[in-house]
Amino acid sequence: MRLELEKRAEQSRLMVVVSPLIAIGLTLIAGAILFAALGHDPVRALTVYFIEPVTAAWSLQELFVKATPLVIIAVGLSVCYLSNTWNIGAEGQFTVGAIAGSWVALSLNSWDSPLLLPLILIAGTLGGMAWGAIPALLKTRFNANEILTSLMLVYVAQFLLDYLVRGPWRDPAGYNFPESELFSAAATMPLLIEGGRLHIGAIFALVVVVAGAVLLAGTLKGFEIRVIGQAPRAGQFAGFSRTQMVVFAFLLSGGLAGLAGISEVAGPIGQLRPTISPGYGFAAIIVAFLGRLNPIAILFAGLLLALSYLGGEAAQVSLGISDKTTKVFQGMLLLFVLSCDTLILYKIRLLPPRRRAETVDQGAGE
Amino acid sequence: MRKIIAAAAAMALAMGLAATPATADKLKIGFIYVGPIGDHGWSYQHNHGRLAIEEALGDQVETTYVENVSEGPDAERAIERLAREGHGLIFTTSFGFMNPTLKVAEKFPDVKFEHATGYKRADNVSTYSARFYEGRYVIGQIAAKMSKTGVAGYIVSFPIPEVVRGINSFMLGAQSVNPDFKIKIIWVNTWIDPAKEADAAKALIDQGVDIIVQHTDSTAPLQVAQDRGVTGFGQASDMIAFAPKAQLTAIVDDWSAYYVARAKAVLDGSWKSEDVWGGFDAKMVVMAPYTNLPDDVVAMAKETQAKITSGEFHPFTGPIMKQDGSEAAADGEVLSDEALLSMNWYVKGVDDKLPE
Repeated sequence: MRLELEKRAEQSRLMVVVSPLIAIGLTLIAGAILFAALGHDPVRALTVYFIEPVTAAWSLQELFVKATPLVIIAVGLSVCYLSNTWNIGAEGQFTVGAIAGSWVALSLNSWDSPLLLPLILIAGTLGGMAWGAIPALLKTRFNANEILTSLMLVYVAQFLLDYLVRGPWRDPAGYNFPESELFSAAATMPLLIEGGRLHIGAIFALVVVVAGAVLLAGTLKGFEIRVIGQAPRAGQFAGFSRTQMVVFAFLLSGGLAGLAGISEVAGPIGQLRPTISPGYGFAAIIVAFLGRLNPIAILFAGLLLALSYLGGEAAQVSLGISDKTTKVFQGMLLLFVLSCDTLILYKIRLLPPRRRAETVDQGAGE
Repeated sequence: MRKIIAAAAAMALAMGLAATPATADKLKIGFIYVGPIGDHGWSYQHNHGRLAIEEALGDQVETTYVENVSEGPDAERAIERLAREGHGLIFTTSFGFMNPTLKVAEKFPDVKFEHATGYKRADNVSTYSARFYEGRYVIGQIAAKMSKTGVAGYIVSFPIPEVVRGINSFMLGAQSVNPDFKIKIIWVNTWIDPAKEADAAKALIDQGVDIIVQHTDSTAPLQVAQDRGVTGFGQASDMIAFAPKAQLTAIVDDWSAYYVARAKAVLDGSWKSEDVWGGFDAKMVVMAPYTNLPDDVVAMAKETQAKITSGEFHPFTGPIMKQDGSEAAADGEVLSDEALLSMNWYVKGVDDKLPE
């Protein structure tokens, strides 16, 4: 016997809405079993994981702080993926954005002007765009696979950052430790709530979500993105250029990743360091698909993923659950959500084993 | 449906709160680790210190930890969580947690913080570190005695002062025995990556070194040494179980005494912000038992260790020449802690260029 995924003729509208709820239900059940098997009270563990982080004003702020870069990057990636362009290197564009913005911040660290921060943010965005432009150029000029080039440029970016903070940009008063100076107040993202960590980056995230939704649903460009993504030949007949779309998608997603990068460095971190991201550029790929490449849904997907990080940390502190267990739990959550989503579009059919002759026939026919 | 969920949530919350034991009179002590507690290196030893507190102070304390905390934007949140959940003393055990620790400390003036290996302090933030270079001088002497080729392979993480100081101290120890001693250095740019560390060890052995030294945290280099029939030194913890034939000794980070003392100080109200940099004398740096060594080498190592412990001898005693030939310390002069803490130059005889 073998299993096969078969595309459904039509999707159930009800299931589109219900499937995330089923997924969360399944996660709760599987999580309860997991925690009980480890000897923890499952109700308490799930409470700590999912409810406590959203009941305190402090951790709600932290939830948005954590989700901000994920959402900003993921919206850019959704446009990219919808147009069938595969930017896997958002982590690198995030890093170069942070570097470019920090260059402005560190060179003008004594300039106390309200213009400084906008300048830093623009530099960060341009940095991300420039890094995204490389795979786009390689793709359009030399037809190099953008998945590989964008991914490999992540490592180049990380080594560039490493070189800068250990060498030329090292804080002269910092005992040779690999860190830049702290950014001045004028170069730091203003806080939305005094005493917290929620910064104006969260507003950027909301603006990006709305702008992304309008772009995709209400403009000709959005139509062009979809047509080229789903039927490139049809797009050509309509006069849409595949080449221009690749460049557009990379500049947009790279620029947003760069903005996210500089927002982190000029925000919660406040200086350039060898590690500035716990893999936001890669986690955002999950967020983009978790949100079905829809900007509004991506907002919720980003918050859900952020919640799973915060919950995992809370579980470590309050219950002494190991970091490995919380990662297994995160994995289960993503597995259930993505597989429930897959089952909206596809159904599983149990088929008798394929006979050898049949396989050969099919092979010859193709 | 929504009502049911809400009711379930409320119930869960109530049960959750009820299940929390009353701990108001206990001192809660929190730890932030940069790696997994199972690394058998840096974080493993800090966790060992945490367990020592529990053992020494029993009912008076309660300890918790968060492991694998990345040194980026997540660190501040993890530290703040511990502060908010009623911890009175928080150890942040990696250099990269320095600025986040200070930010959280400013918001929670009543909570005491202890930051390992940093240099910024506040009224409620102490710093502490260990003089690992004392151990490195001893293993330098052992290496020079034991090596037949006169060349040791040295696997290093990042070119920060701590690591550079270790290389220099090792070299000064080795040169005190054999002035022509050489080292080959490989930078792996990670604190822990068993595969990379093992590859580096293999490459070094292929180049003819017969002693492996590491300033990275996994047991992989020693295991390679054991397989290839050469010897080496454990790092951070006693790794003899992983390389019973290859380990000559190990430089063990022992935080137990310090952690217990600081917890007691908070309990009896005598805690003050300090900067502690302890070595053999404070028992922060401990040599694992000397194994696979002839008696005369063990005697020499123990003698050096005793002299450093008593303060009779300092590894960085002049004359010390820098790699470029300039003088770092005149005859009899001892380098200041300031100079040690910001060290970014090699001593003469190191055949490597510091990555800039």
